[in-house]
Amino acid sequence: MTEKQPVISIRNITKRFGNMVAVDDVSLDILEGEFFVLLGPSGCGKTTLLRMLAGFEMPSDGQILIGGQDMAGVAPNRRPVNMVFQSYAVFPHMSVTDNVAYGLKIAGLEKSEIRHRVDEALDLVSLGGLGTRMPDQLSGGQRQRAALARGLVMRPKVLLLDEPLSALDAKLRAQMQFELAELQDNVGITFVTVTHDQDEALSMASRIAVMNKGDIAQLAEPSDLYEHPANRFVADFIGSVNIFEGKLTVDEPEQAMVDCPELGRVFLNHGVTGAHETTVWVAIRPEKITMLPAGRAKAKDSPADTNIAQGQIKGMSYLGDVTIYDIRLDSGRSIRVSRPNLSRWDQEEFSWDDKVSLHWHPSSPVVLLS
Amino acid sequence: MQDWKGHKTAFAAIAAAPMAWLIGFFIIPLAMVWLYSFGRNIGLTEIDISGTFANYARALEPLYLEIFGKSVAVAALTTLICLIIGFPIALAITFAPEKWRPWMLLAIMLPFWTNLLIRTYALITVLRTNGYVNMSLGWFWEQASGLKVLVGLAPLPTWEPLPLLYNNFAVVLGLVYVHLPFMVLPLYAALDRLDKSLIEASLDLGAGHFRTITQIVAPLAGAGIISGVIITFVPALGAYLTPDLMGGPDSQMIANVIERQFKRANDWPFGAALSFLLMYATFMLIALQALRTRKAEARR
Repeated sequence: MTEKQPVISIRNITKRFGNMVAVDDVSLDILEGEFFVLLGPSGCGKTTLLRMLAGFEMPSDGQILIGGQDMAGVAPNRRPVNMVFQSYAVFPHMSVTDNVAYGLKIAGLEKSEIRHRVDEALDLVSLGGLGTRMPDQLSGGQRQRAALARGLVMRPKVLLLDEPLSALDAKLRAQMQFELAELQDNVGITFVTVTHDQDEALSMASRIAVMNKGDIAQLAEPSDLYEHPANRFVADFIGSVNIFEGKLTVDEPEQAMVDCPELGRVFLNHGVTGAHETTVWVAIRPEKITMLPAGRAKAKDSPADTNIAQGQIKGMSYLGDVTIYDIRLDSGRSIRVSRPNLSRWDQEEFSWDDKVSLHWHPSSPVVLLS
Repeated sequence: MQDWKGHKTAFAAIAAAPMAWLIGFFIIPLAMVWLYSFGRNIGLTEIDISGTFANYARALEPLYLEIFGKSVAVAALTTLICLIIGFPIALAITFAPEKWRPWMLLAIMLPFWTNLLIRTYALITVLRTNGYVNMSLGWFWEQASGLKVLVGLAPLPTWEPLPLLYNNFAVVLGLVYVHLPFMVLPLYAALDRLDKSLIEASLDLGAGHFRTITQIVAPLAGAGIISGVIITFVPALGAYLTPDLMGGPDSQMIANVIERQFKRANDWPFGAALSFLLMYATFMLIALQALRTRKAEARR
């Protein structure tokens, strides 16, 4: 595989609005052909960063290179990027075709070429045959496709998408997640998407930058982000997690142990590169915990470093595919356990106030240093 | 209180006072004037309502048609200039930082709170032969003349003050000055409603600012432009004070002619006929606009 070139280089970008720092000294490279997602809660600076790429906001500090070219002082209409707006911003007084052709007409292309490319773009987003419709005759999903086609038809170096699916209903959103990822794969254009929806990010992205308070909390591939979060913010923001504070008491290459006052001893089958006896946090995902009735603890065949905790079921929420259990540990802390509903008949296996014992593999917990 | 529409008596009680007012002070006097327009003077104050159309026939004579036409032309020119000046102002207010916007709107509205007569006389002091405009221009002229002498050239001829008052130019200027807020406010209302991301989308697709304004902003602010045009044009068409005070002998508008019929000429029937013709023209314009709006809504 050839080394991919960064199509966007963000270097020490800071954006201040008055006293408020929206983006704080962010540096990252986005590679050619990537589906890059900026993920974070509202107000984390992700949209501001995207708008700086589009040229609608000017960085207070730092440099943005697109295709190797410094974008300082380059107006939005001169940048090799196009944007799909959160509200879609489809021109309401123009037909779908005119909307898609708008940028090409400005670029001064020949009529036949414009028609060809518009048809191609509409087919790409499955809007072929709807070109004569006015935007108010389209459904939300169709309007979104029209906005996509309008950006794609320009064949930009990078397509910027601001919360592209947030206005769609849940079913359509799930479908569009797949379609967007497939579309991106087909056209080979680099996509940079902003979203606050972790499912959206995990399902579409090749890489995700999780942002918090104007800074990048972690930049990684989706599965790394979920399984190897770098800090408590990321662990908590991506998916659901139980976090316990503790002290690292054993730290060897092949094993480690964290003493958590509220959970007990947590054994790990790998080392942690952290200072001994410092405060660390153990994060365990709810689906990585096995729950058994208290009497059936498998004490006899498990080694000494088996992770085990005792508790009582204090809450259950049935979600269809899984059931989430809220277990009160003997320490009084709550821990969340999820259990897939594999059979149609075992719903009654656990009930409120049942005593249970919880087990997890020594590879399951993640030790976080911050 | 929610179903006040159901309580006929309560509704009637609330509506009675304004209805009485409307009928007593608007409908009846207007009806009387309307009746006068079909009558003729038989004494100093007596009018015989004979059902004659003579007043309307006279109103359609070339002399009055010409004044009508001229009024329309002046009002149209005023409206056009207001639109050309008002659109950038409205745009500027729309895109100004949030904290400035109320102050900018206040500056636009401020003249509303000053008496029209006072504003007009103030404008006259600025424009008259020895007003501030002519004084300033005269000063620059003299300096330029002095400069020419300094470099050894012949001096400029003596400064002749520009005739800025008592002509058609003054009337249009005065009308633009008075009616600009009528244009700016509906334009601002329309532009403010506009989704700003449409403008960004246009820029993003490579359009310049001029193209964005002509192809995106102006068409989408169309309703605001039309209502601005109408609420500027209608009062400008019936303008009385501005042409009276700032106009010359040939710049009278239809309202001045009407005023003369009612006062100096003491020909109420003819004045009434002219008034109603002006009103019909205005109504037609408003009806056209209503029709257009309904059509636009039906299309949705």
